[in-house]
Amino acid sequence: MSASEPLLRVEDLRVEFPTEDGIVHAVDGVSYEVQRARTLGIVGESGSGKTVSSLTTLGLTRTQGARISGRILFEGKDLVALSEAELRTIRGNEIAMIFQDPLSSLHPFFKVGAQLIEAVRVHQDVSKDVARRRAVELLGLVGIPDPSRRVDEYPHEFSGGMRQRAMIAMALSNEPKLLIADEPTTALDVTVQAQILALLERLQQELGMAIVMITHDLGVVAEMADDIAVMYAGRIIENASAETLFAGPEHPYTWGLLKSIPTLTGSRSQPLVPISGSPPSLINPPPGCHFHPRCPYSQPDHARIDPQLRPVSEASSEGASSHQVACLLEPSVRKRLWAELSEGKTPEQARVDVGLPAPPEALASAADPVGDVPEVGL
Amino acid sequence: MTRYIIRRLLWGVVLLVLVLALLFVIFRILPTADPAKLRAGRLQSPKIIAEIRHDLGLDKSLPAQFWIYIKGIFLHFNLGYSYYSNAPVKELIFNRLPATLSLVLGGAIIWLFAGLSVGIISARRAGSKLDRASMGTALVLVSAPEYWLGLLMLFFFASDIGKIHVFPGAGSYVGLTAEPAKWFTSMVMPWLVVAAGTAAIYARLIRGSLIETMGEDYIRTARAKGLSERRVVLRHGLRSAINPIVTVLGVDIAVLLGSSVLVETVFDIPGIGRLNYVAITHSDFPIVQGTVLFAAMFVILANIIVDIAYAYLDPRVRYS
Repeated sequence: MSASEPLLRVEDLRVEFPTEDGIVHAVDGVSYEVQRARTLGIVGESGSGKTVSSLTTLGLTRTQGARISGRILFEGKDLVALSEAELRTIRGNEIAMIFQDPLSSLHPFFKVGAQLIEAVRVHQDVSKDVARRRAVELLGLVGIPDPSRRVDEYPHEFSGGMRQRAMIAMALSNEPKLLIADEPTTALDVTVQAQILALLERLQQELGMAIVMITHDLGVVAEMADDIAVMYAGRIIENASAETLFAGPEHPYTWGLLKSIPTLTGSRSQPLVPISGSPPSLINPPPGCHFHPRCPYSQPDHARIDPQLRPVSEASSEGASSHQVACLLEPSVRKRLWAELSEGKTPEQARVDVGLPAPPEALASAADPVGDVPEVGL
Repeated sequence: MTRYIIRRLLWGVVLLVLVLALLFVIFRILPTADPAKLRAGRLQSPKIIAEIRHDLGLDKSLPAQFWIYIKGIFLHFNLGYSYYSNAPVKELIFNRLPATLSLVLGGAIIWLFAGLSVGIISARRAGSKLDRASMGTALVLVSAPEYWLGLLMLFFFASDIGKIHVFPGAGSYVGLTAEPAKWFTSMVMPWLVVAAGTAAIYARLIRGSLIETMGEDYIRTARAKGLSERRVVLRHGLRSAINPIVTVLGVDIAVLLGSSVLVETVFDIPGIGRLNYVAITHSDFPIVQGTVLFAAMFVILANIIVDIAYAYLDPRVRYS
C-alpha cells in the first residue's frame, strides 16, 4: 500500500432498501475518499443518503435487508465483501461512530463506565480493572471533570454535552483510525456545539485519526473539514476542498445551502433565501437532474439529462479531481450566477441578469410535495 | 431509596385497611345468609340464635364489630373461625399455602422460561413462518380456558384415566417434603396448565417489547461497538425489553396465589383456591373472608415488590 493510498475509498456505492412502496434508492452511486488524519465533511438535507452511506461503511445497514453494491475500501480491504464476523473486528475498533442524539444513543440502564468498559473489552483482551482504568482515562481525555466518580454514573445524570463527550470517549476506546461523526452537534446547544467541535479537532491532532463529519450544517464543516462532499438525493453533487468550496461553489444546491444560513457580517436587510420545495422521493426520483424541480435556473433539457460528477472546467494546479460538480449549466453561466448571488441578488434577479430563460412552469410547480422519504435509522 | 420503600409499605397498610373495610361491608352489611342461623343448625330457637349472635359478636354495633375485626387481624392476625369446622381460618389457610405456592411458583418458572424463549425467537424472526406459528399457538393458548386444558391433559396423559399413562392424575398431590419425586410428577400437568395461558401472553409481550427496543438508538450504538448480535440482543435489547414483564410478573403470581380455584379443582390439589371454593359452597364466610384478604395481601405486596424491582431495574426511576 503506497503512502498516498487513502484510508477509506468508497467506490460507486449503492444502497437500496426494498419497501412495500417500492425500492428506496438511499445511496445512488457515491464515491469519495478520506485521507489519513484528515476530515471529510458530508453535507446534505435529511434523506440525502449521508447517514446511510456511513452506516453502510460499518455494515450497520445489513440487518435492515439493504441491497448494497460498490466497494468500500478501508486500508485496501473491501468492507462490503467482508463477513459479519470480520466486520465486527473493525467496528468500534478501527472505525468508530458517534451519533446525533447522545442521550438515546447511550443505554439508559447501564452506567457510563460499564458501557465504556464493554467497548474496550470487545476488542482488547484485558481484565475488567484494566478496562475500568482505561474508561476513567478516556473520560478524562474528552474533558469530563472528576472522571473517576462520573464513571459510575448513569447517562441521565450527564448533561447533553457530557453525554456526547462520553459517546466520543466510547468511540475512542480502541483508538480508531477513522471516526464517523453523524451530526454530532445537532442535538446540542450552540455553545456546547463549539466545545464538542473543538474537542474533536484536538483529539484528531492528538490521535491522528481521520474524521468523516456528517452534517446539514455548513457552519460545522467550515469549522472542521478539509474536504467537503455535498449530497443530494443519494448522490454527491459537489466535491471540493473546504477553501475551494466556500470560495467558489459551483452547484445551485450548494448556493442554496450557503444562502440559507444567516451571517453575522451580512446586512440585516439581506433576506435569507430558502431552497424551495422538499427533498425528492427516493423511490421515484425526478428524471434528469434530481435537483431540477427545485432549481431556480433549470432548463427544459435538465429534466432529461442526468448530470455526472465532472471536474470544474479549468484544470487546476492541484489536479483535475480537486473540485467536481454535477450540474448541467455552462461553467461560465454558473460563475456569473454565483457572482450575482454573492452581491446579494435573489436567485430570480440573478437568473434575469445572466439572461437565462425562466424555468419551465410545469416543472417548477411540480416540485415534489413532501416526498415519501422513509426515515432510515437503526 | 429506603424512604421510598417505607412510603410504599405504609401505603400498602392503608390499602389493606380499605380492603378490610370493603370485605366487612360485603360480608357483614350486605344481605347474606345469617351466620347465626347457619351455625344453629336444626336447633333454631330464638334464644340459641341470640346466644350464638352474642358469641360471634354479631350483637354489637357495626363500627364496634369492624373495630374488633381490624384489631384481631392487626394485633393477633386472627382471621376468625370456620363456621363449618370451627377450625381457625389462619391455620386452615397456612395448611393450604404450600400446595398453592408449589403450583403457582412452579408454573411461573415454566411460563417465564417458555414465554421469554418463544418471545425472543419470534422477535428476532418477526414475520417468519416460525414467528407466525408460535404467535398463532400463543393466541390459542390465551383463549383456552384453564379447566378445559386441564381436563384435556387428564384425558390424554393421566396415569389413571388417560389415553397414554404418563403423569399421576387428579388427587395425586403430596407435599414436597413428604415425597419430593412424587410431588414433582404430580405437579407437572397442573404447572403446564397454569403456565400455558400466561406463557402465551408473555411471549407476545416480550416479542413486541423486544422488537421496539431493537429499533432504539442505543442498540445501534451497541452494534457499532462491534458486539456480537447475540450480545446485542440478550444484553442490550433484553435488558430494556424485560421491564414490562417484571411489572406483570409480580401481579400475575399474586393474583394466581389467591385465585387458582379452577386448576386446583380440576386436579384436586388441596390449595387455597380449593379451600375457598369449598367454603363458598358451605357459606363458610370467615374462610372466604380470610382467603380474599390473603389474596389482597399478596397483590399489595407484589405491587410493592414490583415497584422496588422497577426502581432497581431502571435507574431513572430511582431519582425521580
